[in-house]
Amino acid sequence: MSRSNSLVSTDWVVENLSNPNVVFVEVDEDTTLYDKGHIQGAIKFHWRDDLQDGLIRDVISKEKFEALLSKSGISNDTTVILYGGNNNWFAAYAYWYFKLYGHADVRLIDGGRKLWEIQGRELSEEVPTPTPTRYVAKDRDQTIRAFRDEVIAAIGVKNIVDVRSPAEFSGELAAPAHLPQEAGQIKGHVPTAKNIPWSKAANEDGTFKSNEELSELYKSAGVDFAQETIAYCRIGERSAFSWFVLSELLDLQNVKNYDGSWTEYGSLVGVPVAIGA
Amino acid sequence: MRTCGATPGGPDLSGVDLTKQTVIQGAVLRSGIDDGVPNGVPVGNAYVRLLDAQGEFTAEVPTNVEGQFRFFAAPGVWTIVVLAAGAREEVKVEAVQGSPVDLIIELK
Repeated sequence: MSRSNSLVSTDWVVENLSNPNVVFVEVDEDTTLYDKGHIQGAIKFHWRDDLQDGLIRDVISKEKFEALLSKSGISNDTTVILYGGNNNWFAAYAYWYFKLYGHADVRLIDGGRKLWEIQGRELSEEVPTPTPTRYVAKDRDQTIRAFRDEVIAAIGVKNIVDVRSPAEFSGELAAPAHLPQEAGQIKGHVPTAKNIPWSKAANEDGTFKSNEELSELYKSAGVDFAQETIAYCRIGERSAFSWFVLSELLDLQNVKNYDGSWTEYGSLVGVPVAIGA
Repeated sequence: MRTCGATPGGPDLSGVDLTKQTVIQGAVLRSGIDDGVPNGVPVGNAYVRLLDAQGEFTAEVPTNVEGQFRFFAAPGVWTIVVLAAGAREEVKVEAVQGSPVDLIIELK
């Protein structure tokens, strides 16, 4: 992957609004914003309702993913353009998901919904009615997904990148500051993890920093690009954003998203935990 | 339209346990046209960013249709940055547990 085939600009979006091979998808944890206005022709995915199993804690099955994409009018050869609020966190999570199930051409809108709005671009309330397809997903690519035992084994061995805010990393806060601080798990971080907040990879307007800046960001924080890397956050969506930066923009091999993240790790009995900066 | 003398600013605090939470909230308004009165129209879907004392990004929320936003922070000095079409405002606040910071932020 590289910048050119994983990211599109808002200008590109305007030029491709009527492109029949492109499907735009707004992805977020709260899709009421979509209901009030979205990029013309875009459909919506709800992070929990559409992309979580619901019964067990896991991504949806291959069959459910195929059904979701089929009813959304997405074919195997469709160019899927994802965007969302929250600085593209959930869009990046969905991107990781599309890669997990082997979709060929999926990209993010650089800057997401925020840049689109700050630029004063048009939003539509019209909800499209997609023509159903028969999407065929590949088996899950587990090489981009880390599980808890692998994280524990990676302590002091592989790069572990904690992409949460410094206050969550140190143990001061249990959740991002726009959420109530009442999470059940203990506070802190995985020992030897480097705290490189996802936000450091983004400009204020939500666009990604340049590859030169990104490379310097991770290297100066002590990430060895020759080693495997595991990124985590609280529930796996901010770390999908940083996974996107490392794996897709910087084109590094062996980068995994630990989607269990702190809500799983911080609830495990007996695992090592560190606190402080 | 909000008028001079309206109570500031953020969402209703009923249901929030202020003994445990450190709240920073407020409303984003776009000023009226040079009428010299602090009034304005709520700006929905403005982006409000919370930066810590070192200027590091901590959180970001969009405003609701009333132009309101809320953060659950920790005691200390924070900076609020508001981004909207054609506007950017920055406000420094000190948050304490138990007594919410409630702001009116006017975009010019």
